[in-house]
Amino acid sequence: MDPLSTMFALAASLFSVILALYASSQAEDFIFGFHMLVFAAAGGLLILYLARTVSFQQMTEKGEATYSDGIIRYGVIATLFWGIVGFLVGVLIASQLAFPSLNLDLEWTSFGRLRPLHTSAVIFAFGGNALIATSFYCVQRTCRTRLAFEPLAWFVFWGYQLFIVLAATGYVLGSTQAKEYAEPEWYVDIWLTIVWVSYLLVFFFTLLRRREPHIYVANWFYLGFIVTVAMLHVVNGLAVPVSPFSSVSYSAFSGVQSALVQWWYGHNAVGFFLTAGFLGMMYYFVPKQANRPVYSYRLSIIHFWSVIFLYIWAGPHHLHYTALPDWAQTLGMVFSIMLWMPSWGGMINGLMTLSGAWDKLRTDPILRMMVASIAFYGMATFEGPLMSIKSVNALSHYTDWTIGHVHSGALGWNALISFGAIYYLVPKLWGRRELYSLQLVNWHFWIAMMGIVIYASSMWVSGIMQGLMWREYNADGFLVYSFAETVMQMHPFYVLRAIGGLLFLIGGLIMVYNIWRTIRGEVKVDQPISQVITVGA
Amino acid sequence: MNHSIIEKNGTLLLVLSLIVVSIGGIVEIAPTFYLENTIEKVKGMRPYSPLELMGANIYKREGCNLCHSQMIRPFRDEVERYGHYSLAAESMYDHPFVWGSKRTGPDLARVGGRYSDEWHREHLKDPQSVVPSSVMPGYKHLMRPLSVPNIASHLKANVVVGVPYTDEQIEKSAEDLVAQANPDADGAEDVLARYPKAQVRDFDGDPKTLTEMDALIAYLQMLGTLVDFSTYDAKANFR
Amino acid sequence: MELYTYLRQMADSWGLLYMMLVFIGVVIFAFRPGSKEFYETHARIPLDEELKDHDK
Repeated sequence: MDPLSTMFALAASLFSVILALYASSQAEDFIFGFHMLVFAAAGGLLILYLARTVSFQQMTEKGEATYSDGIIRYGVIATLFWGIVGFLVGVLIASQLAFPSLNLDLEWTSFGRLRPLHTSAVIFAFGGNALIATSFYCVQRTCRTRLAFEPLAWFVFWGYQLFIVLAATGYVLGSTQAKEYAEPEWYVDIWLTIVWVSYLLVFFFTLLRRREPHIYVANWFYLGFIVTVAMLHVVNGLAVPVSPFSSVSYSAFSGVQSALVQWWYGHNAVGFFLTAGFLGMMYYFVPKQANRPVYSYRLSIIHFWSVIFLYIWAGPHHLHYTALPDWAQTLGMVFSIMLWMPSWGGMINGLMTLSGAWDKLRTDPILRMMVASIAFYGMATFEGPLMSIKSVNALSHYTDWTIGHVHSGALGWNALISFGAIYYLVPKLWGRRELYSLQLVNWHFWIAMMGIVIYASSMWVSGIMQGLMWREYNADGFLVYSFAETVMQMHPFYVLRAIGGLLFLIGGLIMVYNIWRTIRGEVKVDQPISQVITVGA
Repeated sequence: MNHSIIEKNGTLLLVLSLIVVSIGGIVEIAPTFYLENTIEKVKGMRPYSPLELMGANIYKREGCNLCHSQMIRPFRDEVERYGHYSLAAESMYDHPFVWGSKRTGPDLARVGGRYSDEWHREHLKDPQSVVPSSVMPGYKHLMRPLSVPNIASHLKANVVVGVPYTDEQIEKSAEDLVAQANPDADGAEDVLARYPKAQVRDFDGDPKTLTEMDALIAYLQMLGTLVDFSTYDAKANFR
Repeated sequence: MELYTYLRQMADSWGLLYMMLVFIGVVIFAFRPGSKEFYETHARIPLDEELKDHDK
C-alpha cells in the first residue's frame, strides 16, 4: 500500500480499537463485552502489522506479471483448518444424540449450543473459505489479471476469519438469534455485511479490469452467489438490539413472516452459497483437472439463468403444512420441482466434460473425487424436489430424512468438490511439481465415500422409520407409539451415523497430512494407482 | 438483446442477476405482509409477560428450537398427539419465529399445562431421570439467578418491531418480572391484570430466588394456552 | 377486484407466458446457429491461461 492509504488504515483501525474498548466498557452482558474485546484485539493486531510495514519509499509496481496468490494460500489453509474443526464438532454432536452423557452436563458443550457451531463451521467457515479462495484464484486466471484492491482482499480474508471466531465463541457462550444458519447476533451480522460488501467489490472490480474480452461462466456463478448472499443476509438479519451495548436483539419479523423470510434466506443459503458458488468451482476446476473445455458452454448459460431464477422461489417448501398460507407453499413446491431440470442439466454438463476422457478416472483420483461430487450433486438435486412434494414432505419433515438429504449434498457435493479443488490448487500455489501422494488421495476418496454412504443411508432409514411410527395407528384407532418409544428406536442409527461422520473426519485428516507433506515439498514414491486397486481387490 | 454484451459487461451481469434473484422474493414474501388473511383473527393472543419473554430468550439461547418444533401440522396423528393444529396468530409475537424444523424431541406448541412445574424442573435438570430413553442434554445451570440488566429495554425493542406493549406494561416490567414467580409479592395480581391467563407462582421450587428455571418454565407452561379455541372459527379463517 | 386477486391472475396467465417466452428466448439465443464456435472460444478460457500468465 502507498503511505497515504497506510496512514489512513492506521487511523481507521486506531479509531475502531478505541470504539471497541469503549463499547466493551459499557457492555450490558458478558458476551458483548467479550466480543468487543476481541474486536479491539483484532484491531490492535492490525495496527501492529501496519506499523511494521509502513514505508515512505515510493512503491514500485511490482508483481504485476504474476497473480496475487498469497491470499489464496492462506485461504486453502483456513479451509482445511475449519473443515477439520467442523467435521470434529459434527462427530461430537452426532455422538451426543447416540450417547447423551457426552453433553457433559455443561452449558457450553450441550447439543443446542454446539449444533450451530457445527453447521456454521462446515458451511460458512469451511465452505466459505473454500469459496473465497477458489473464487479469487479462478477470477484472476480467467480474467488474466491480478486482484483489484489487494489490501481490501486481505481485509476480506482476515475479516471473515474474525467473523467466524465471533460467531463460534458466541454460540458456545449462548449468543444466538435462533434462526438456522443465520444465528450470529446483530453486531456480528453488521461486521459480516462490511466484509461481504468488500468481497463483492474486490471480485467485481477484478472482473472489470480483466484482459480477456469475455467473462468466463464460472465467474458468473461466483458473482451471482456473492451478490445474492449479500441481499439475503441483509434482509434476514434485520433486527432491533435491546441497546447499543447488548448482545441481544429481536428480529424485525415475527411469526409467519419471520418463517417465510428465514426460509427464503435458509433455502437460498443452500441455493447460492452451497450450489451457485460451488458450481463456479465445478465450472473452473473440472475442466482444468480434466484438461478439457466444459462439455457445452451454451448449456452452462442456461444453467446459470435458470438456477438463479428458480432457486429463489423454493424456500417455502421448508414450511409445508405449517401456518404459512397455502398459496406460498404451493409456489415453493412448484418451483422446487422445476429446479430438478436445470440442476440435472448442470450435472450432465459437468459429467460430460469428461466425455472421450473417461479413462482418466482410473488413473486420476482427484478427477474421480470431482466426478463423484457431481454425481452427488445430481442425487441431492433429485432428492430435494422429491422431498418438496407436499405428500412426501408430510412424512419426511421433522425427521432425520432431512438430515440425510442435507449431508448427501454437503458431504458428497460440497466437500468432495472442495477437496478436489484443493488437491488441484496446492501444488500450483506452492510451486510443487505434484502432490506428496496420489495414493493417499485415493485412500481419502474411498474412506470418505464409505462415510457418506453409511451416514446417508442410516439417516434415510431412521427418518422414514420414525416418520412412519409417528403416524401408526392400531386396530382400535389409537396411536401405537409414544414419542419416547420412537426415540428409543433411533439409537442404532445414531451410532451408525456417528461412525459415518468419523470416517469422513478420518478422510479429512489424511488430506491434511498429504497437503502438509506436499507443502514441505516432499514426494512419496507411490505404486501406480492401477496396481493399488488390483492389490486391494 | 445481444447476450455477448452481458458476457462482456460485468456491470450488466451484476444488475441482471440481482433483478432475476429479486423477483421470487418480492412476489412471495411481500404479499404476506399486506394480505389480511395471512394471520387469523383469534381471541386471547397477547404479548408475552416479561418473565415469559425472558423464558423465550433462554429457550432460544439453549437452542431448544433445534430439536423441538412449535408447529403442529393439520394431520390426524399430530392433532391427537399434540392438540389443535397451530395457527399463524399463535406466533405473531415471536421475533423471530421458533417453529423449528426437526423433531428430535416432541412438539412443544401446546406443552403448556401438560406437565407439572416439578416435572419440568426435574426433566430439565436431568431428562433421563424422568424419560429414560431421552437423548436431551441436562440443564442444571438454569438454577442460577436470572440476570436482566434492563427488562424495560427488552419490551421497548419489541415495541419497535411491532409488539403492542402498553406504556404501563413497560413502566411496570421490572416489578412484573419478579412478581410473576413470587405470588406473595406486591403486585402479583397486577401481573394477571396486565397479562391475562398469565400463570403466577413459584415455578422452580425455590421461592427466594428468581432463576432462569423460573423464566423457562413460565414460558413453557404458557405455550399454546393463550388462544381461546371455543371462539375460533376455522371456516372464516380458511386460507 | 381486489388488487391481490388481480395480481394473482396476472401472474398465472400473462406473467407465466412472459416468463416462458423469456426462457425460450434465452434457450434459442444460446443455441442459435453459428454460436457454437463463438462459445467454444469462451469454453477454452480456463485452458489457455497458462500461455498468458506472464505476458503483460
